[in-house]
Amino acid sequence: MLHTLSIGELAAHLGGRQISSVEITRHFLARIECLNSALNAIITLTAADALAAAAAADRRLAAGERGPLLGIPLIHKDIFCTDGVRTSCGSRMLDNFIAPYDATVVARLKAAGAVMLGKANMDEFAMGSSNETSYYGPVRNPWDTAKVPGGSSGGSAAAMAARLAPYTTGTDTGGSIRQPAALTGVTGVKPTYGRVSRYGMVAFASSLDQAGVFARTAADAATVLKVMAGFDPLDSTSVDAPVPDYAALLSAPLKGLKIGLLREFFDGLESRNATLIHDALKIYTSLGASTVEVSLPHLPLSVPTYYVVAPAECSSNLSRFDGVRFGYRCDQPKDLADLYKRSRGEGFGPEVKRRIMTGTYVLSAGYFDAYYLKAQKVRRLITDDFRSAFQQVDLLIGPTTPTPAFDIGAKIDDPVTMYLNDIYTIGANLAGLPGLSLPCGFVDGLPMGLQLIGPHFSEGKLLNAAHQFQLVTDWHKHVPRGYE
Amino acid sequence: MSLTRQDVEKIAHLARLSITEQEMPVYVTSLSSIVNFVAELSRAETGGVEPMAHPLDGQRQRLRPDVVSETDHHEKYQKNAPSVQSGLYVVPRVIE
Repeated sequence: MLHTLSIGELAAHLGGRQISSVEITRHFLARIECLNSALNAIITLTAADALAAAAAADRRLAAGERGPLLGIPLIHKDIFCTDGVRTSCGSRMLDNFIAPYDATVVARLKAAGAVMLGKANMDEFAMGSSNETSYYGPVRNPWDTAKVPGGSSGGSAAAMAARLAPYTTGTDTGGSIRQPAALTGVTGVKPTYGRVSRYGMVAFASSLDQAGVFARTAADAATVLKVMAGFDPLDSTSVDAPVPDYAALLSAPLKGLKIGLLREFFDGLESRNATLIHDALKIYTSLGASTVEVSLPHLPLSVPTYYVVAPAECSSNLSRFDGVRFGYRCDQPKDLADLYKRSRGEGFGPEVKRRIMTGTYVLSAGYFDAYYLKAQKVRRLITDDFRSAFQQVDLLIGPTTPTPAFDIGAKIDDPVTMYLNDIYTIGANLAGLPGLSLPCGFVDGLPMGLQLIGPHFSEGKLLNAAHQFQLVTDWHKHVPRGYE
Repeated sequence: MSLTRQDVEKIAHLARLSITEQEMPVYVTSLSSIVNFVAELSRAETGGVEPMAHPLDGQRQRLRPDVVSETDHHEKYQKNAPSVQSGLYVVPRVIE
């Protein structure tokens, strides 16, 4: 079955001309038609464009061209601008917005011959950990449709878990790739800040946002990341450093790898989760790695730090949505003030407004030093803690989330309870470090993720460590019932 | 440290967000709870620590040569505008 094949296998079949991109694309479009309504993972389906792109890929293949992603479908998180296609960011504010250009991530994958099937549902403006804040309704976890898939890239994660596409894209500002990857049993990668271009990616928190990928395996993720990553002159925060051949690094043996176990991650971790993580660590030691306990004493402050910095940045970034040049405009504004206030008040959902207001507050006169400046100083302390840890170890391992997927509706009324879902993931965003989540087992029939965090630009090492784990385990092969 | 209704009204005004009567108490409660939560930061010892604005140590704002590299796409970009006239964005009267 085409949806059980890896990206490498699909590329081989395409290259061997055993199958066409149009056939592969039809297969996934049929799956979406049949399976998506139970999940609500997709906001905009681009079936006609997908078939046209697939036909174009087939012409390139017929002409002898080959490429690791040529002719292979994907779904983009609806935060990436896609030329001529609605880009909603999960919000009423952009429900009518047809992007007039492609994000760099989109353009690079398109140039490589990727076939876009559609745009994935997400928490509104990437703010959320459960995909319950979307204007288009919640996404459901294919493992149990009464449960959340995580967020904000919930649609991308659910689509990947349900095998609606061979891979999907996402973004991660406080955990929004890694956390939903963990809750849906797929592999998710957040690269180093500056590794992947943010041009055309609707901005939430500019010093934290990073684009990444969901895939069945680390090997597939490595293939996609190689194409996505790299210097972009259109993004002033893009780092001008060469992109390694991640696929070539996957097979390096792990002998001698020094793994750090963060004491702060294991304090208070519920016993069944702790057991899964410890079982995973045994696999790593059997592969030749050694483990040592490390401590990042300021890490417990990472959630409050994030919930000052990210809202502050979002209040600035979302000030562009004013009902004037694009996006939602309220009916019959009586004056300019009314235009701004009602376009924004009606166009944004409650969580977005909450975060804009939190950000406005911490940046306002009289509070800037106590909150925003303070948070930026704590951010440096957290980053320095990571740097010290990486002088002793090559990477850090721990759980991705405190619990498996929770019920839709269970946490949405209490923002602070919802924010604590990101407790293990946020530190990497504050420090700009790469992080990866891979499936490591089940609790109550729901997937749990193992998180790897490395120093800046160590994506290759993370993918290598994840791949070696996936060679000797089969958690990543489990597919939810009904989606096999 | 609770926020008052007036605090929230002032913040909403700064952020140019309309908040309805029904929504107001919910925002007062949730914003107070968030502000309480982040107040924990005040306990951190940060004397002599430089604030960190972003993770790219040593990266400078790149400059490029001052040559024309873009072409005019304003018609395409204005397709998303709610109201346009003669290439200008139309808004309610600003100047009395």
